[in-house]
Amino acid sequence: MSLPAQGAIDCDLHPAVPGIASLVPYLDPQWADAVSQRGVHDLESTSYPLRAPLSSRPDWRIQGAKAGSDVAQLGKQALDGFGARAGILNCLYAVTTLFSEDMAAAFARAVNDWLAAEWLDRDPRLRASIVVPIQSPMLAAAEIERRAGDRRFVQVLLPCLSDQPLGRRSLWPIYEAAARHGLPIGIHAGSTYRHPVTPVGWPSYVTEDYVNQAQGFQTQLTSLVCEGVLSKFPNLKIVLIESGFTWLPAYLWRLHKYWRGLRMEIPWVDRPPPNIIRDQIRFTLQPVDAPVDGDALQRVLDQMGSDDLLLYSSDYPHWQFEGQDALPPRLPDSLRRKILIDNPLMTYPRIKEDFA
Amino acid sequence: MNRELPTRPVPESTIVRPVIADCDIHPCLAKPSDILPYLSKRWQEHAMTYGMLPRHGYQSGPAYPKGQPDAARLDSWPPDGRPGSDLSFMQKQHLDTNKVELGIMTVIAPAAGAAQNLDYSAALARALNEWQVAEWTSKDSRLKASIVVPYEDGKAAAAEIDHWAGHKDFAQVLVLSRTAEPLGQRRYWPIYEAAQRAKLPIGVHAFGYGGYPVTAGGWPSYYIEEMVGHAQCCQSLLTSMVLEGVFERFPGTRMVLIEAGLAWLPSLGWRLDKHWARMRDETPHLKRKPTDYIKEHVWMTTQPMEEPEKRKHFHDIVEWIGIDRLLFATDYPHWDFDDPLWAVPVKLDDAARQALFLDNARSLYGAR
Repeated sequence: MSLPAQGAIDCDLHPAVPGIASLVPYLDPQWADAVSQRGVHDLESTSYPLRAPLSSRPDWRIQGAKAGSDVAQLGKQALDGFGARAGILNCLYAVTTLFSEDMAAAFARAVNDWLAAEWLDRDPRLRASIVVPIQSPMLAAAEIERRAGDRRFVQVLLPCLSDQPLGRRSLWPIYEAAARHGLPIGIHAGSTYRHPVTPVGWPSYVTEDYVNQAQGFQTQLTSLVCEGVLSKFPNLKIVLIESGFTWLPAYLWRLHKYWRGLRMEIPWVDRPPPNIIRDQIRFTLQPVDAPVDGDALQRVLDQMGSDDLLLYSSDYPHWQFEGQDALPPRLPDSLRRKILIDNPLMTYPRIKEDFA
Repeated sequence: MNRELPTRPVPESTIVRPVIADCDIHPCLAKPSDILPYLSKRWQEHAMTYGMLPRHGYQSGPAYPKGQPDAARLDSWPPDGRPGSDLSFMQKQHLDTNKVELGIMTVIAPAAGAAQNLDYSAALARALNEWQVAEWTSKDSRLKASIVVPYEDGKAAAAEIDHWAGHKDFAQVLVLSRTAEPLGQRRYWPIYEAAQRAKLPIGVHAFGYGGYPVTAGGWPSYYIEEMVGHAQCCQSLLTSMVLEGVFERFPGTRMVLIEAGLAWLPSLGWRLDKHWARMRDETPHLKRKPTDYIKEHVWMTTQPMEEPEKRKHFHDIVEWIGIDRLLFATDYPHWDFDDPLWAVPVKLDDAARQALFLDNARSLYGAR
């Protein structure tokens, strides 16, 4: 029997750092000492409370350890379990939330080296995103340079919500470095909590925080388009990860309308934004924010106006679907194949080298 | 947007304009000092000496300069004063021409509710309400006012609603979307309680100055980002209203989202339903799924109406939201004005047109 994602590239897997001690062997001596001297705590993000239902499916939890902390189990459940041939590790250990640029850079280096040694070396199907200290675009670019030679790193990872909108010019050294190495930028849901997680103040609930990530992605997309990142780096692909995508059509219609009225403000955006976005922006599949019943999802897919936009993801170990339902029902075969295989290969040249 | 384009000439006499309700019209002071006669001496002096102290950085305007002066249609400037400040000009250019039977006024400038001195916020709100009656609704019965409230002070806002409750010229309560905290939070509950008591809808108009970055990822650079971003701000405030249980606690609440577009509502509802279901033990005060509350309690004005690349997709949106929840609005006199003849990107059937352009507003604002 064929599995639901036979041959797929899973574009969103979350390896968990078991605890801060796991990084000590990979830290420079100064920072290794600091972990014990200063009592540096576990850097898990507020965005995913470890015990919240969203943060792990019940059958993917590990007794006495974090879900996603076992490489063999991840390979078995997320890859074997759905028939995927490869997967991209997006480590959400929140080094991007630290205020010290130097500390963030040191811990980003440690996370990347830990990923290489403890994950990529142990399962040849795995690939990873480079964690970078977005707090300092200069140090982030340096980390891209340091790790880009290892072609198992296939993307640069940024948090959705941080100090400033992601299109801002001061962040461009990151995009420049990524483009130089043919690495897409992956933007993952979550906040560094520099600002309220909504544009109208702090929310009360984890549910509210998570729902608001989609609005955060929308404003980031506006920033990336309007500041000209996509025009300046026309070969750069940006993947919105765990962003939801059913909001895209309505978003594009509004952005397009205001671009027609206000394009004099951003003259470097010289093509309709929906065209730019369809050329350069991709979305991981989960969560699929649409009812399972009825034809709403089919209609949204039609409104999206392109079969190239979605990349398969299980979002392991986050709990987005039940059992084997990693793909929504009633997808046409051709679209299904694109989501599972073709679109990921087109997006990630380094994966294409090894798995096409 | 309002430069004249060469078009096929259509003689005015051949155009059939149906009678409409316009659920977002912006009257404006001709000059800031025109509000002084409606303020007590103490607050007149405050207004002249200290001003608004809003949560933004300029005395005389926003840090995102608009696309054109006053964000107004270039043809909407009356001979004397600012766009929206002259009733007879507005009658001639808009109310008469576009056959507006019911016009819901939303005074968003000065943004009285965003003044940080809460006593001044309350005084200015009262003054603007009295000004609306004296200068507008008492002179043209087609126009109905929205009660401006000092919304950052829930009790004072409730008192303002109580003051005007039952007054025939006021059709709803008005707050702005970008508040100091998300609008579902309990500091605002007295507003919903008072509106429910007065049987008035709550209109939430895009804009305002909550003080936080207008995106959750920090301050953007451009006016276009702010404008596109109103849709995200309104999604966030509606999320808050639903998850905090406002519609459960105040079941008489009828909420109108004004000038934030509409096409985003279905996907927001789907996302809310999905993730609420996953974590529903976090919000046990909700007895029903989020879209049930939205369907029962939320209306949307249409302007600025989304324009799908394939027009037929507009029908999907209308079907998902329900034509009975949509209220036509022009946003007169602002630059992104939706013309009732041309704004809807698809051909609706007669019943749908009647509902959208007139009947929905009549029943929402008339039922008291």
